[in-house]
Amino acid sequence: MSDFLRLEGLEKRFGSTAVTRGVSLSAARGEIVALLGPSGSGKTTVLRLVAGFETPDAGRIVVEGEDVTALAPERRRFGMVFQHYALFPHMTAGENVGFGLAAQGARAAETRGRVAEMLALAGLSGFENRRVAEISGGQQQRVALARALAPSPRVLLLDEPLSNLDPTLREHTRRELKRAIRKVSITTLFVTHEQEEAFELGDRVAVLDHGRLEQIGTPEELFERPATRFVATFIGRSSVVPVAWDGGARIPGGPLWPAVAGAPLAPGAAGDLVVRPEALAFAAAARPDAVPGSVTERRFAGRVAYFRVATAAGELEVLAAPDAAAVGDRVLVVPEPSGPAPRVFPRMP
Amino acid sequence: MSGNRRGLATPLVALLLFWLVGYPLVLTLAEALGAPHWTLDHVLEFARRRAEWSALWASLWISVATVVLAAAIGVPLAFVFERNEFPGRGLLGTLVALPVALPPLIGVLAFLFLYGESGFVSRGVQALFHLAEPPWRLAGPGAILLVHAYSMYVYFYMFTRAGLARLDGSLLEAAASLGASRARVARSVTLPLLAPALSAAALLTFMTSLASFSAPYVFGGSFRVMTTQIVASKLNGDTALAMVETVTLALVGLAGLWLLRRAEGARPATGGVRGIAPRRRELGARRRWAAAVAGWGLTIFLLAPHATLILVSLVPRNTWTTETLPPVLSLGNYRSLFSEAERLRPIVNSLWMASAATALAILLGFGAASLAARRKDRWAGLIEGLVAAPWALPGTVFAIALAAAFSVDAPWAGRFVLVGTAAILPLGYLVRSLPLTGRAAFAGLRQMDPALEEAAASLGASRLRRLRRIVLPQVRPAIVAGASLAFLAALGDFVVSIVLYTYDTRPISIEILSSLRIQEIGVAAAYGVLLTVLSAAAFLVWGRRGSV
Repeated sequence: MSDFLRLEGLEKRFGSTAVTRGVSLSAARGEIVALLGPSGSGKTTVLRLVAGFETPDAGRIVVEGEDVTALAPERRRFGMVFQHYALFPHMTAGENVGFGLAAQGARAAETRGRVAEMLALAGLSGFENRRVAEISGGQQQRVALARALAPSPRVLLLDEPLSNLDPTLREHTRRELKRAIRKVSITTLFVTHEQEEAFELGDRVAVLDHGRLEQIGTPEELFERPATRFVATFIGRSSVVPVAWDGGARIPGGPLWPAVAGAPLAPGAAGDLVVRPEALAFAAAARPDAVPGSVTERRFAGRVAYFRVATAAGELEVLAAPDAAAVGDRVLVVPEPSGPAPRVFPRMP
Repeated sequence: MSGNRRGLATPLVALLLFWLVGYPLVLTLAEALGAPHWTLDHVLEFARRRAEWSALWASLWISVATVVLAAAIGVPLAFVFERNEFPGRGLLGTLVALPVALPPLIGVLAFLFLYGESGFVSRGVQALFHLAEPPWRLAGPGAILLVHAYSMYVYFYMFTRAGLARLDGSLLEAAASLGASRARVARSVTLPLLAPALSAAALLTFMTSLASFSAPYVFGGSFRVMTTQIVASKLNGDTALAMVETVTLALVGLAGLWLLRRAEGARPATGGVRGIAPRRRELGARRRWAAAVAGWGLTIFLLAPHATLILVSLVPRNTWTTETLPPVLSLGNYRSLFSEAERLRPIVNSLWMASAATALAILLGFGAASLAARRKDRWAGLIEGLVAAPWALPGTVFAIALAAAFSVDAPWAGRFVLVGTAAILPLGYLVRSLPLTGRAAFAGLRQMDPALEEAAASLGASRLRRLRRIVLPQVRPAIVAGASLAFLAALGDFVVSIVLYTYDTRPISIEILSSLRIQEIGVAAAYGVLLTVLSAAAFLVWGRRGSV
C-alpha cells in the first residue's frame, strides 16, 4: 500500500504528562482511517498534531513524501471539521464555505461557483445566505464539512464530527458524511470514541489507549484477531475470566477450553481469557467441557438475547436464542466453535 | 497554539505597561520614603498627625456605609424588577440604571442644585414654611453618603439583576417541591447563589467609594477623606506628605481588594449548568398598580437631579436670586458655550483628550490581551496584572504618581517632564482607561472559541487575515463596550484632571468648578448637561454592545 499520509513516532507531552507515545500509522490515498479510543487516549492530540495546532516533541508527519511537521497549519492544506464545528458566527453559511478559497486568492465568480458546488455536495443547496445561528445542528455539521472540503485539501481531519448531534440524526448524518467523503475520495483521518461510528465510517480503525497505538486494522481484524487485551475488551462485548495457559484456557477447577494465545505465554502461566458472547453457548446435557452456572440477567435483543451467567470461574456472557433460559435457571456453558476464537492474554499485574 | 514565535513582543509590551502603570507607583513609594536620602521621617510625620488618621478612618467608614446603603437600595429594587411583571417594567428597569451614566461631578452638581441650601427643594420648603434661613445645608458626611448611595446603588441593582436572570429556575422549583417556604428558598437557595454577584457589587462599590473625590471635595468642607486630603497636601506644596498619603490610600485599596477576593475564593463554586430561567410573577391588578405607581414615583425621584440640571442650565446669569423657581429661562448659556472661544476650549480639550486616551487604551489593551489572554506563563500574568492594576487603585493615587514620575527630566531613567504639557492628561486618562479596554479585550478573547482561529488557519488564512476577519469581528463588541466606558470615564474625569491640568488643557469638569466659584451656575449646569448627553450616548453604545 503506497502511503499517502504517514505519521512516524509522534510524541507529545503536556508538562510531565505524555499524551501520545510514539504513534506511527499510515493511510493510503483516499483511505478513511478512524482513531478510536476512550477519552484521554490521546486520539484528539494525534489529530491536532496532524493539523499543526500542536507541535510534536518527537516524530514526523509526512504527506506525499513531504515532511510537514514544521509547517504552520495554514500552509499544510489540510481541511478540518471541528467537534463544535467552529463556524464563524458573524458570517453566512456561504461566507464560511468560501473563507478558505479567498485565502487561495480565488476570484469572486470562482468562489461563488465552488461554494454552490460544496453546499450541493453537503445537501444544502441554496443555503448560501443563511446565518449560521439560523440553521440546525445537523446542517451546521454539513456546512463545516463543505467549508473544510472547499479549498480541495490534501487530507481531511474530523474531530468527533457527529458527537454533537442527537442519536436519531447521527445515523443519517453518518451515512451522508460517508457518501460525501467517498465522492471526493479524500484521505481522511477522524477521531471518535464510538465503535459503531468507527466501524461504519473507517476503512481501517486505529485503536489508541493511554497515548499508545494498540492496533490498526479493518473492523473484522480488530474483532476477530485483537492484538492486545485492551483491544479485545474495548472492541465488542466480551467476558474476562482468570485462567491458566495450557495450550488452551484451563478454567480453574474446570475444563480446558480451546483458545489462542494473544501474546507469548509459558505453559502454566496465569492469564485472562477474553471470550465474546458469540463464542459461548448453552449445552442441553452434561459434557466434559461444560462449566455450570446460574443465569443472573437476560437482555433481550430481538432474535437473540444476552445471558449473564455466574459461574465458579467468574461471570460469563452468552449469546443464545431468547427462550434458551430464564433468570435463575441453572445452565451449562460450553464453547461455541463457530464464534470468534477466545484469546488468552498474560494476566495484568 | 505555540507562543514562541511571539518573540520580543511580549517583553516589550510588559515593559511599556510597567513604565505606564508600575513605574510611577514605584517612584511614589520611593518619594514617600524620602529618596534619594531614604528616611522614614515623612511616614512618621504622617503617623503623628491626628488629621491623617481621621481622614483614613473617614475613608473607611464612608466606604463601608456606602456599601450598606447601596445594597439596601439596589438589591430590593433588582428583585422587584426581575421577579415581577407590571406596566412599564422594561422602561423603568433601564431608567433606574441611569445614575451610573452620570459623571460623578455632574451627580454632585445636580444634587447641589436640587437639595443644596439654595436648591429647589430647600427653597420650596423655605417658601412653604416662611423660614428666614434655608432649612438645611447639604454638607458633611451625610451629604457625601447621600450622593454615594444615589450613584452607586446601581452596581448592586445591575449585578443582582444579572445574577437573578442567570439563576437556574429549576433549583428554585426543586427547593419548593421539597417543601421549602418562599423565605427559606430565598435564604438557603437564592442568596447563596447570588453571593458571587453580591460580593462583586460590594467590591466595586467599596473601591469606587474609596476612590470617590467629587462628592467629598464639594460637600466635605472640613470633613476630609484620604482623596481630598491628598489633593490638599499636594496643593499646599507638602509633596512628601502627599506621597505618604497616596501610598497609604493605595495600600487600603489593595487590602480591600485582597479581603474581598479572599471572601470570594472561600465560597464553593456554583454549578455551571444552565437550566430554565426563573419565571416572573404576574401580580394581581391592585398590586400591579401599586408596583407601577411605586416604580414611577421612584423614577421621578431618580430623574429629578437630571431634570434640575437641565432647568438650571436655562437660567441666565444674575436673574435668579430669592424666587422659588427661576423667573427667566433662555438658551443663552448654551449659546455662550459654543460662541465664546474660552468657553468652547474646555469642550474641545475634553473631547480630543478623551478620544486620544481611548484610542491608545484600545490599542494597548487589545495588544496586551492578544499576547497574554490565552497563555498561562509569568509574562502573561504580569501583563494582565499591570492592565488591571489601575482599576484596583483610586484615581488620585495615579494622578499623584504620574505627577511624581513625569515632573523630572531624566530620559536615561525613563522620566520626562510631561507635567504642564498637553500630553500628561491624556496619559493620565489612558492609565485609568486601560483596565476598561484591557479587561474587555481579555474577556472577549477568552470567550472566543479558540477553534475559530484554528479553523481559519486550517483553511489557509495568514495571521493578519485571521486577526482581521475572525478575531476582530468576534471581540469587537467587547472592545467597543470597554472603549465606550473608557471614553465616558475620560470625558467626565475630575480626579486626575484636578491634579494634572493646566489652564490651556483644562477639561470640562475643571471649567464647571471654576464657573461655580464665580457664581456662573447656569453655565456650570449647561456644561453638566452637555457632559451628561455625551456620556449617555457613550453609555448607550455600551448597553447596545452588551455588558462586559
